Amino acid sequence: MSGTIYVARDAAHARMAEAIENGDPLPFDPEGQVVYFTGPAPARPGHPLGPAGPTTSSRMDPYSPLLIERGLRGMIGKGMRSEEVRDAMREHGCVYFGAVEGTAALLARRVKEAEIIAYEDLDAEAVRRLVVEDFPVVVINDLYGGDLYLEGRERWRRAQ
Amino acid sequence: MREILIDAVTQAVRDLCIDANTRLPEDHLSALRRALDEEESPLGREVIERLLENAEVAREECIAFCQDTGYAVFFVEVGTEVRFVRGEIAEAIDEGVRRGYEDGYLRKSIVRSPVERTNTGDNTPAIVYYDLVPGDGLKITMLVKGAGCDNMSALKMLTPAEGVPAMKRFVVETIEKAGPNASPPLTVGVGIGGPFEKAAQLAKKALTRTSGEPNPDPELAQLERDLLEEINATGIGPAGYGGKVTALAVHVESFPTHIAAFPVAVNLDCHSHRTSSVEL
Repeated sequence: MSGTIYVARDAAHARMAEAIENGDPLPFDPEGQVVYFTGPAPARPGHPLGPAGPTTSSRMDPYSPLLIERGLRGMIGKGMRSEEVRDAMREHGCVYFGAVEGTAALLARRVKEAEIIAYEDLDAEAVRRLVVEDFPVVVINDLYGGDLYLEGRERWRRAQ
Repeated sequence: MREILIDAVTQAVRDLCIDANTRLPEDHLSALRRALDEEESPLGREVIERLLENAEVAREECIAFCQDTGYAVFFVEVGTEVRFVRGEIAEAIDEGVRRGYEDGYLRKSIVRSPVERTNTGDNTPAIVYYDLVPGDGLKITMLVKGAGCDNMSALKMLTPAEGVPAMKRFVVETIEKAGPNASPPLTVGVGIGGPFEKAAQLAKKALTRTSGEPNPDPELAQLERDLLEEINATGIGPAGYGGKVTALAVHVESFPTHIAAFPVAVNLDCHSHRTSSVEL
């Protein structure tokens, strides 16, 4: 993946949900965008972003449909999503991508620009805009009910 | 009595925090390389190759290989003939964590309370388990514990009648349920016996053992081999994308228990298996 993506995790999602409830503006318009679930480590001088691998996406399950309904087109994370999220993805057209967790140092190298755009007080959990280049992801849940986690496990399961 | 200056403890803990978070231990790297040989799934192989490459980059640039630099957990063996000079060991460990997480550009991930959730800002308090041992030595072992895999851990109070088959089922079910969320290939810590909290603590401590080193008790070592085989038959694979290698090692630790009890705790560790040790 190359282009602009937005970073948000637990606390930022909770605030965005609150903003939606109160009719307040969101830190970015989700229409046509991709959100990456991560909370980076601090950057060493000269690096745009510290190590930043994906965190467990299911913690964002209660919030994701709110963004998907508002036009979010993609999410990057790790781990399974709830049925509600997968239904919302199919209904509104959103793809769930996996990045390899624990490759935070490698992934940070593909980040060319990073800036905090909202909730700065949340520090590692602030909302950031990133520009990434050749950011390696695989499709976990597509628009047609495909699920790499289920298919992969089924393909490699051995009888005991 | 042997006297240990408290500053030496602080410095050692600071260095452990940076070392554990930026350099994967050699035994764990070897386990990943063996996994690469065993894995047949192309996507699974690619994941393991990326993990090995990531470990190299982190080491070269002295940056954390996973952004979740976790809870700072310590197992401390203190000799009964040791006396700390110019300070207390608990405070020295917290101070070492404070410095290590700041100097090492590590993420501060601890909140003041599960309810109130304000970040403590320096990754303290450390989680410390002390063992008093004979002699005048001091050994500090650090385990950096990420939340993704800790969240998928579980404990169950089985009955003696349910026994070993139920224990094995529970371990495998815990891993099946965790699926990709715990970030396989895993290191699996299993604690059996003791009362409730002892099993959990054993499961955590089991993670600090050299990767794949069998339990000295032959019966438990066999249990470890059986569990590893069953876990790797699940097909979950590296990153949960499907494959032959779901766990790199299973470490079982056991403790005497009650005539009415068979507690079992499963503590999962992701592929960023971070442990480092120092003797003073």
